[in-house]
Amino acid sequence: MIKENSPVILSVRNLTANVDGTPILKGINLEIKAGEIHAIMGRNGSGKSTFSKVLAGHPDYEVTGGEIIYQGENILELEPEERALKGIFLAFQYPLEIPGVSNLDFLRVAYNSRRKHSGLEELDAFDFEDLVEEKLDVVQMKASFLNRSVNEGFSGGEKKRNEILQMALLEPTLGILDETDSGLDIDALKIVANGVNQLATEENAMVMITHYQRLLNYIEPDYVHVMRDGTIATSGGKELALELENRGYEFLDEESPETAEVSA
Amino acid sequence: MVVEAALNPILPSTGEGDRGNAYLKELLRLLEGQKVRSHSEIAGWLQELRQRAAYNVTKQRMPIRKDEEWRFTNLSDLQQHTFTAAPTVQLNAPDIELLTIPEAATSQAVFVNGRFTPELSNLTALPEGIFVGNLAQLPVEQSLKLVKYFAHIEGANEVFTALNTVGFPDVAMVWLAQDVIVEQPLHLLFVTVVEDEVILTSPRAAIIAEPSSSLEIVEHYAAVTPGCPDQTGNTPYWTNAVTEIWLEENAQINHTRNQRESGDGFHIGKTAVAQHRSSRYTCNALSLGAKLSRHNLEVWQQGEQTETTLNGLTIAGREQTADTHSLIALDFPHGKTDQLHKCVIDDTAHAIFNGKVYVPQNAQLTNAAQLNRNLLLSPKARVDTKPQLQITADNVKCTHGATISQIEADELFYLQSRGINADSARSLLLDAFAAEILNRVPILSLRKRLAQCVACRTYE
Repeated sequence: MIKENSPVILSVRNLTANVDGTPILKGINLEIKAGEIHAIMGRNGSGKSTFSKVLAGHPDYEVTGGEIIYQGENILELEPEERALKGIFLAFQYPLEIPGVSNLDFLRVAYNSRRKHSGLEELDAFDFEDLVEEKLDVVQMKASFLNRSVNEGFSGGEKKRNEILQMALLEPTLGILDETDSGLDIDALKIVANGVNQLATEENAMVMITHYQRLLNYIEPDYVHVMRDGTIATSGGKELALELENRGYEFLDEESPETAEVSA
Repeated sequence: MVVEAALNPILPSTGEGDRGNAYLKELLRLLEGQKVRSHSEIAGWLQELRQRAAYNVTKQRMPIRKDEEWRFTNLSDLQQHTFTAAPTVQLNAPDIELLTIPEAATSQAVFVNGRFTPELSNLTALPEGIFVGNLAQLPVEQSLKLVKYFAHIEGANEVFTALNTVGFPDVAMVWLAQDVIVEQPLHLLFVTVVEDEVILTSPRAAIIAEPSSSLEIVEHYAAVTPGCPDQTGNTPYWTNAVTEIWLEENAQINHTRNQRESGDGFHIGKTAVAQHRSSRYTCNALSLGAKLSRHNLEVWQQGEQTETTLNGLTIAGREQTADTHSLIALDFPHGKTDQLHKCVIDDTAHAIFNGKVYVPQNAQLTNAAQLNRNLLLSPKARVDTKPQLQITADNVKCTHGATISQIEADELFYLQSRGINADSARSLLLDAFAAEILNRVPILSLRKRLAQCVACRTYE
């Protein structure tokens, strides 16, 4: 929800980034306040996923200009784990499989890193299991998932639910969901969306990167941004998503980038 | 009566012009001097066996890289050393304290430089019906039966196996009577004492499981060195080991082979297994030690419906070479084999895996799976892998494969993005890779210790 006096969580200014020497992000500006849900849409190759990875600190992307101010601090020099410990969470488009590491151990290590960073005592295996069983309800997962290797042999929907479970445990200040809805059937989508809605509070903010307007029927965004060629071409309220749905991304091409900038 | 006998030299003096064989002949000369104690009733047979093995060796030469079986493993490092025979050495209990296994504290047989050392052994927990000791102690009746087993498994003429037969100073004997189930794991600890001399030890073991018996056994090679055995900087030595295992009908053996030689040691080891009808054999082969190691693991099927499970883990760093050559030779129907061999290779180390599975016409309805997975941790680490299935039977299910990977940046990033730092993330991934094999080792304390050693070896 939009509130005038909420603190700014994320402020991105003129962010440019390369991968293998090729510019992908070409000057992104974005401000996100506590309590807000933002949707970033755009065609394949527009830079959406790159933007989410740059925010989380993926080492393959080289930031060439601009800044990312998170809770008042420029985080560009921070390692991915430092950003995570400060409350940035990225739900992956393709969550990795880690054979040999049980989901429960993985969640506990991640959870305890966060607690340690906040100066809290680490939870032992028993206390943690109690906690995690509560959180399972957020994404309607069975406890048997906890004893399986991380994401190994999980269906697409199960992997995405596992991402949301991690988010539920780590309670981020900034949750970034990279195409969490793609490849999901309607039942899985409802579970995931329901999970996100439970986790969105007045203190945190969510960024949903998505290709499809469908997700926004279940999670209502306060702002919709449309990316095109490495920049945010246009921003608006949730009605922008509907317009995209009706007219397709082609309507962006009808307006030249210059005009878009002037009108913004 | 127990007697001691050594071979009469059978070799003519080295002729000019056969330099290639000169090294082998030197080894023969060294080994022919080794004495072994046994009952007088079998002394003649033993003498003849060793004589025949020596003769076999004279017909061969040291393997070179043109030999298919030694394509990737260069023995020239080994041949730079002139070895002397391993002396009889006195050790005290504290010297081997770190090598013992709590679960097998009262079922432990220790062999120092290949010779049984009763003072360090404790076999009080063993039930009736199992004999553990050495050849001289084995009752006459069983000694006489041994004649039809010992050195009879195919491959006994292979040059290093034959060298061991010529020169073993003692034999670790394990004999399980019919229907005897041993609950507590048995620990066979072979210790080499590394001092100033560059020595060759020839440990030998024979394990006989009569019908429907069952045993868990840990065969453990280690060194007592002045410094940490995992580090380099100690005197080189060579362990040339042979273990033969016979599983009679319906017998079951879970065999953990823990190779932890010193970082300067050479280890060439043979495990030869004969599996009779309905027997079940599992090998957990862990290869962490030695500058250069070679494990020849050979399983010969002698009856139908056998089960063979080979789990292998090689951890190689620095300039180590770690070679595993396995063979499962099926020859009867309804056999089931399952092999998973994993290697973690760091620095400029080199791992080799060659796994043969023979499925001839007789071995119909075989179900065989083989997989070799390799994780390379540095740009100069190297692995040569050759999974090899030879099938002529037409109604079988067989799979094999090999993978080579590294720790992917994306995997690290995923863990980092959950607040786990890069080093911990790397360890988590490595632990997980090794754990798949380590978790199959049936002894908890050993599993834990090995996990620590894997960690210590691979994180810097």
